[in-house]
Amino acid sequence: MSAVSEAVPVSEPIERRSGLRFRISRGGLGTLVFLTPMLVVFGLFAWFPIVRAVVMSVQETNLVSEPTFVGLNNFARVLSDPQFGTAVANTAWFALLALLFGFPVPIILAVLMSEVRRGRGLYSALAYLPVVIPPVVSVLLWRFFYDASPHGVFNTILGWVGAGPLPWLQSSASAMPSIVIEATWANAGATVIIYLAALVAIPPELYDAADVDGASIWQKIRNVTLPQLRSVLIVTLILQLIATAQLFTEPLLFTSGGPNNATLTVLLLIYRYAFQNSLGGDYGMAAALSLMLAAFLAVFTAGYYRLTRSWSTSS
Amino acid sequence: MTTAIDHIAIKMGSVRGEQEMSRRISRRSTWYGPIALAIIGIVAACSPTASPSASSAPNPSQPTTGGPSASAAAAHQPVTITVGVLRPGATQEAVDALNLQISEFQAKYPWITVEPEEYNWTAPTFTAALAAGTLPDVFTIPFTDGKGLIAQHQIVNIDARVRALGYADKFNPNVIVNGQDDKGAISAVPIAAYGMSLTYNRTLFKAAGLDPDKPPTTWDDIRTAAKTIAAKTGVAGYAEMATENTGGWQLTTSTYALGGRMETVGTDGKVTATLNNPETKAALERLKAMRWEDNSMGSTFDYAWGSINQAFAAGQVGMFTGGSDLYTAMVQNNSLKPDDYGVTVIPLEGADAGVLGGGTLAAVNVVTTEAQRDAAVNWIDFYYMQKLLTQEGAIADAQALKANNQPVGVPSLPIFDKATYDASQQWIKDYINVPTAQMTPFTSKIFDQKIVTEPTAHTQELYAALDPVVQAVLTDKNADIDALLTKANQQVQDIIDKG
Repeated sequence: MSAVSEAVPVSEPIERRSGLRFRISRGGLGTLVFLTPMLVVFGLFAWFPIVRAVVMSVQETNLVSEPTFVGLNNFARVLSDPQFGTAVANTAWFALLALLFGFPVPIILAVLMSEVRRGRGLYSALAYLPVVIPPVVSVLLWRFFYDASPHGVFNTILGWVGAGPLPWLQSSASAMPSIVIEATWANAGATVIIYLAALVAIPPELYDAADVDGASIWQKIRNVTLPQLRSVLIVTLILQLIATAQLFTEPLLFTSGGPNNATLTVLLLIYRYAFQNSLGGDYGMAAALSLMLAAFLAVFTAGYYRLTRSWSTSS
Repeated sequence: MTTAIDHIAIKMGSVRGEQEMSRRISRRSTWYGPIALAIIGIVAACSPTASPSASSAPNPSQPTTGGPSASAAAAHQPVTITVGVLRPGATQEAVDALNLQISEFQAKYPWITVEPEEYNWTAPTFTAALAAGTLPDVFTIPFTDGKGLIAQHQIVNIDARVRALGYADKFNPNVIVNGQDDKGAISAVPIAAYGMSLTYNRTLFKAAGLDPDKPPTTWDDIRTAAKTIAAKTGVAGYAEMATENTGGWQLTTSTYALGGRMETVGTDGKVTATLNNPETKAALERLKAMRWEDNSMGSTFDYAWGSINQAFAAGQVGMFTGGSDLYTAMVQNNSLKPDDYGVTVIPLEGADAGVLGGGTLAAVNVVTTEAQRDAAVNWIDFYYMQKLLTQEGAIADAQALKANNQPVGVPSLPIFDKATYDASQQWIKDYINVPTAQMTPFTSKIFDQKIVTEPTAHTQELYAALDPVVQAVLTDKNADIDALLTKANQQVQDIIDKG
């Protein structure tokens, strides 16, 4: 009897245990085990820095002395800094130039390469080669090319056709376009490969049908190729816009933001806040501007996807 | 850019699978949420701010109790210190000379192991290393940073240890003050002082038909010589640093040479920025004329300290203003041909004109133990000070350098009194291997010039604010100097007012 009377109240835990067994048998524990390293790595190197950035944005801290809480003061100081407007304008200018040059160039290259019947792999490798070169090496190489003296590499080439010499990085007007040219060269390869993959996947019957209809090359591009690439184009465009908003390596290594702040970008300004003052950076302001940039990009991306949702499905 | 695109491409391919996964994951989210939070909690608990371990570290602002006797007691415990003494890119000969000096030090202090590290002070790299706690145990900083780092408790108070060495009172008061707090406690030791100079390329002078033994003595002479060098040789007759805060540094040098000042301190101690003074404007107008009227400044206008040294050693620059002690760096890092090197004093014109003087302090990292601090001060004394104070130290240093073809006898300014400086020069007379005759235009006149210290409040930020001004003048023919200076002045005043 006693055994029976004791058996009744434990029926619920048995159910729970069977639930746990059920979860384990379905791979729940295994999933957790496999997930743990990722959680730890992301926790340490992604989520924790993000949380720290949020905390630091409301602190005055040099990471050595005790931080003090300053509320939203760092955000107010960023917004009232005259360099902030310059950095935003320069970043927008870079984004526009990158859009004009950097967006169509990979498409054109990919279309041309997709038309090649032999040696496409070689052309793909050549297009991708700049991506393989470390950015610092690329920039230092291009700095050499951009030597503003008449004996510089590019100026010598211009001299052959009676043009130049150009000041390249040594002028406020030409510094940013010079950076855009290098950035396009350095980054186009990856996008070319994506476009090329998308182009190859377009059913040839569509082109055959266009041929039957007597379409010209331009009409085929306009009415077959571009519509088929629409989804990829929408994704690569937003990625490029996000990347241009985070431009840092090139202006830092090419010009340090000069001449006269002509290439000062938002990310470079964050870097300046953090590291320009040798007596301890203003990490609070740097964190505040980082969050502002992240928030802007999040809102911008959400808006972009909302806007382009109806276009993204191929018709 | 590339990484993000690749990432998305992979993501696009797996979207469908993820959607299915997300439905399953959502059922288990009650498990993972608390686990993730727990991990974040553990991570946060391990962070420097959350950790109580910071309080257990020695407080750098507290004078340490370990005086000479305590040091002696702990002296025989093995201790290792890292020292930032090797310029990145230094030649093997420079490394060999350093290793020889380290072996001599370790023979004298057998319980101390010295590990040299590459180190070169620049504002951005120093800030990052300071915040990350990765500076060497002994490192060097410019005079301009001493008081700020002391006020923020970012370097160790080594007052008792330095005074125990017996020569603390011999320092030039105007020099040691850079390493002292408001009460006179020493936290950083002056190890070198320099006056700004005009460095010129003697070979280019000859090529341009100029007499290298009669360098320019006025700013008009400099302009004329620059024009001649550019016309006759095709390289920049004169160049100016303009990035990494060096533009402001050099503009301040030019301003001082014309009698102007970048800051004034009122009787109440209030600092006022005076960047838009007439002398700074005149210096910029001269630069503008050299750049756009004379076309004598070449085509590179983004030089920093390292790159202008490199360009000068490569014969691409006729003249530039910089520290009087550049010869060593240019030999060690840029393979300077000694015959090319010439140095003279900066022309002083104006009622209150002076030469900008600066220097270097040696400091000890806050993340050191008491024993390491003892060892660090021993190293500072041995490596930097003994050669200035004792014949034995001076000769040992000179021998080690000369044996490895490193420069001995490079012009500098005294950090003690002039008599001590003269004595140290006399001790190493037989070892001097630099072209002293080519340095005579500087060494024969510098001690007659008035030395003016760098701006005291927010020096590096002031220099940083002036960088774009110099860059604008050199890269924009229509640069509005008044507007640029007014803007920079307001920027610096705001920083000063913030404190």
